Amino acid sequence: MNYLVQAWQWLLDPANASGPNGIGARTLEHLSYTLVATAIACLVGIPVGYAIGHAHRGRTVVVASTGAARALPTLGVVTLFGLAFGIGLTAPMVAFVLLALPSVLAGAYSGIEGVPADVVDAARAMGMTEWQILVRVEVPLGLPLLLGGIRSSALQVLATATLAAYVGAGGLGRFLFLGLKTQNYPMMLAASIVVVGLAIGAELTFELVDRLARRGLPTGRAGLASSVVGT
Amino acid sequence: MIEFRHVAKTYEDGTVAVGDLSLVAPSGEITVLVGSSGCGKTTLLRMVNRLVSPTSGQVLIDDTDVADRNAVELRRSIGYVMQNSGLLPHRTVVDNIATVPVLRGTPVAEARERALELMTTVGLDPAQARRYPWQLSGGQQQRVGVARGLASDPNILLMDEPFGAVDPIVRADLQRELVRLQAELHKTILFVTHDIAEAIALGDRIVILATGGRIAQQGTPTEIMTEPADDFVAQFLGLDSGRALRVDGQLVVDQTGRPVGRLT
Repeated sequence: MNYLVQAWQWLLDPANASGPNGIGARTLEHLSYTLVATAIACLVGIPVGYAIGHAHRGRTVVVASTGAARALPTLGVVTLFGLAFGIGLTAPMVAFVLLALPSVLAGAYSGIEGVPADVVDAARAMGMTEWQILVRVEVPLGLPLLLGGIRSSALQVLATATLAAYVGAGGLGRFLFLGLKTQNYPMMLAASIVVVGLAIGAELTFELVDRLARRGLPTGRAGLASSVVGT
Repeated sequence: MIEFRHVAKTYEDGTVAVGDLSLVAPSGEITVLVGSSGCGKTTLLRMVNRLVSPTSGQVLIDDTDVADRNAVELRRSIGYVMQNSGLLPHRTVVDNIATVPVLRGTPVAEARERALELMTTVGLDPAQARRYPWQLSGGQQQRVGVARGLASDPNILLMDEPFGAVDPIVRADLQRELVRLQAELHKTILFVTHDIAEAIALGDRIVILATGGRIAQQGTPTEIMTEPADDFVAQFLGLDSGRALRVDGQLVVDQTGRPVGRLT
């Protein structure tokens, strides 16, 4: 209880809030790492996932490799790439992208695969090109599952991005590693509270986006069940 | 006119869907392909708009081989109605009907206007234009499917068991509507069904297919009923049981004496 009060006081102390090492700057850093890693995972994962989902090929390879990627301990990956790339942002960013990729990929291809075969068949019979089938039918119908995948990725990275500080790259993990070394437990607790707060905020934001994306869509048909991929 | 010239289809797993079949579906008529499952009727239908390519032989529309035409352009010029309507679940009724005209470059507003007219044509209330397919009954969905097939005013309409998934009363209703529509529109319709009663109700010409895409008999409903070619056809028509009727007073009864209709 004492720690909690001290942590709260630490958070409210204006001296800790601003400046290049303040909570504000570190939070922004933390969020930007999450955003960049999720964005890179999307840039890679969505096209690959769509290609697999549309062609119905290569699924086994992807399931196996994403399964393997999920089993990787992120701290180990940060250390490994840290040894290769040295101190800085590269190693943790690679690890975060690896962490984010499986869920995005799974969300992208399962969204496309979940579109009923007769709907795709009808679209082709109407005279849609393969590209039009993808863009006008499969992508919109697969959107809820894709958003679920991105949501799960972003939350995982958000919670794990504290590890960036392990190789000196900043973020909210900076307070955790610093606090651990200096036995400043209120500071560690305070940083953890901020991370938890960010995660809850992100979850609420995604929930809102998800509801907007689902408006007007059927609930019973077309594989649009509310299952969240990758959790 | 649709012509199948010595077409055959063997699937990759070695299944022979169609052996060697030649057939003409005349312009402006309803030709019904009827047979049990596995007789290759859907395969034949899908060869017309190149959803299936024949292993050998040719499919010609007005003497042009469909293989020489761009598949996408070809499909846009042919109406297609399928069993589970295949409507796009994320688009409203009016946008579903307008799909093909929009693909062909018709401005959206104009295509929607035409779609509303078509809703009336196929017996749908235009007030339902803004609804989504899942908000409609099965019969209404099939009507939307028919309207979509007609939207670009194609000469040819391919119908793959379009009324197979609705209850008998709605099916009879849809069949009557199709006959009424055809009297106005005179499309060249290729219609696939496994229901011989439907074939007789709709077909100007009926083609009875046996397993492996062999034609057991073709002709008008009257010709087939009067002179079934062999036992297979007679059995398929139900001439040995269900349709062996006799008159008992004012009633028409079947072999076991159960009433099936009344003379008027």
